[in-house]
Amino acid sequence: MLKIWSMKKNEETAAKKKPKVSAAQIRLQKDLTELEEFKTMTTDFPDPADLLHFNLIITPDEGFYKGGKFLFSFNISTNYPHEPPKVKCMQKIYHPNVDTEGNVCLNILREDWKPVLNLNAILVGLQFLFLEPNAEDPLNKEAAEELRRDREAFAKNASLSMRGGTIRGQTYERVLATP
Amino acid sequence: MGDISLPAPVPAPAWPDRFQHVDTLLDAPGPSTDPDFVRGDVVKEFLRNQCKILVIGAGGLGCEILANLALMGFADIHVIDMDTIDISNLNRQFLFRPKDVGKPKAIVAAEFVMSRVPGTKVTPYFGKIQDKDESYYMQFNLVICGLDSVEARRWMNATLVGMVDPENPESLKPMIDGGTEGFKGQARVIIPTISSCYECSLDMLNKQTVFPICTIANTPRLPEHCIEWASVLEWPRVFPDKKMDTDDPDDIQWLYERASARAHEFKIEGVTWSLTQGVVKNIIPAIASTNAIIAASCCTEAFKLATSCAPALNNYFMLIGTEGIYSYTFEHERRPECPVCGGETIDMPVKKEWTLERLIEALTERQDIQVKKPSLSAGGRSLYLQAPPQLEKRTRPNLEKKLSELVEDGDELTVTASSLPFNLTLRVLLKD
Ligand SMILES: [Zn+2]
Repeated sequence: MLKIWSMKKNEETAAKKKPKVSAAQIRLQKDLTELEEFKTMTTDFPDPADLLHFNLIITPDEGFYKGGKFLFSFNISTNYPHEPPKVKCMQKIYHPNVDTEGNVCLNILREDWKPVLNLNAILVGLQFLFLEPNAEDPLNKEAAEELRRDREAFAKNASLSMRGGTIRGQTYERVLATP
Repeated sequence: MGDISLPAPVPAPAWPDRFQHVDTLLDAPGPSTDPDFVRGDVVKEFLRNQCKILVIGAGGLGCEILANLALMGFADIHVIDMDTIDISNLNRQFLFRPKDVGKPKAIVAAEFVMSRVPGTKVTPYFGKIQDKDESYYMQFNLVICGLDSVEARRWMNATLVGMVDPENPESLKPMIDGGTEGFKGQARVIIPTISSCYECSLDMLNKQTVFPICTIANTPRLPEHCIEWASVLEWPRVFPDKKMDTDDPDDIQWLYERASARAHEFKIEGVTWSLTQGVVKNIIPAIASTNAIIAASCCTEAFKLATSCAPALNNYFMLIGTEGIYSYTFEHERRPECPVCGGETIDMPVKKEWTLERLIEALTERQDIQVKKPSLSAGGRSLYLQAPPQLEKRTRPNLEKKLSELVEDGDELTVTASSLPFNLTLRVLLKD
């Protein structure tokens, strides 16, 4: 039994560690403070003392969704980064990869999540969804179908939806950046 | 006739020759035994009278571990489990009987082992590992985990690593971790702060099967897709304010009905009530023989660590029984950037009237750590964060505050910075 302690003596680099904070918290502090600065994305913490729950605002400056202001909620569990953050769109939007309940189809949020990925990767992924909506992974099938068939018609409807318009019986939320 | 020296029984065994076989290992060194090994009565006395071992989990692995330890001669065993016995446990959790259904696993397991192996004391605790603090864990020599939860393991690992105090050799508690998933399993020996810890290998875990959300939404092909559709998409839509309780049969029934209807619509077969429960609770079928192999490996390691009769596993044993039987042992290395055992702790003497800004300045001037733009927190409370802008702005007023207003002498601050590959722990020593 005492053998272990003599190992310790030989090990010069062994350092004392007192993690009174959880590994999830440390990792989150690192992820958040090292987020890149994006000119089209900002984070908002309703309770700044609570780093586990925050919102992300995306204001695309090009593409179909230019001029819109999109809101996402991030919920991070104490098992982060073993589990990915839960991300939902807070508005009803017309997007091939976002359904009307706010579910988002982004591979790194589910099946391709790995603990080596970080919040920055998710932000980049979400931003990309607004620049290049992906018709191959539809959550809103009609929107995806339209994007595949007729990009111009899709562009018109995306723009209409952002103004709070109705498309094929569904009324979308007004999400324009300027009132 | 050769010289026969009879082993002295320490203490009196529960039945004649009880330790005959175990004693062969303890009465003479073997070819790879450590030179520090003290054979005979001393080591037996330690194993049978002094060594205190903690078993976490009294489920599939736990039952095997408890039985093995008791039969090997560990006499002071403690066990923690927060679950009660379910009828589905009885096929492999062999310390339980039908009459025990509904009772706490830890208590029933302890009573069973004590009644079958006289001379063994098993002390149960029916509750969570998080209910106990360092002073509780400090009483043990060894900890064996037979858990099915990543979160509980991470907690236990971080607690044992955090307890290590270089001034006190007793504070180093080896953690033996067993885990199984169907026909696969692993056993590992973690010597906190010396060998790779559980957190170091977090990215090696088998990932549970997760289906792309668009497949679930649009192109289901498997019964699992229909069940995930019901739990991931339908439940939050229909009950936006109600959390699903996977232990509640009514909730499972609701999911099962929705999933069945969807399966019918897409002409998919195989949605059953038990599959529904299995998918939403992420149940991987437990295989009794995998548990037995992994528990045996864990207990052998506990025996070797407690007695030094043979070198311990270094440090990761992997069993893959899916196609034939394959096993592999390797040394998993510590990750310098591990948030639990990696990083560095440095002492920083500071003056009480220093501001936080002055501390950050002093920190960035240190040649030994080379940190730029550090963010600091104390016990999960943000002191100063460099980003994102909202949090920077909010924590900026702290820069002007005196350290004595923000922290106490001996507090440990978590420092992160993009220039640091790992996190740094800063112990502030307040001076007048
Ligand atoms: Zn580690």
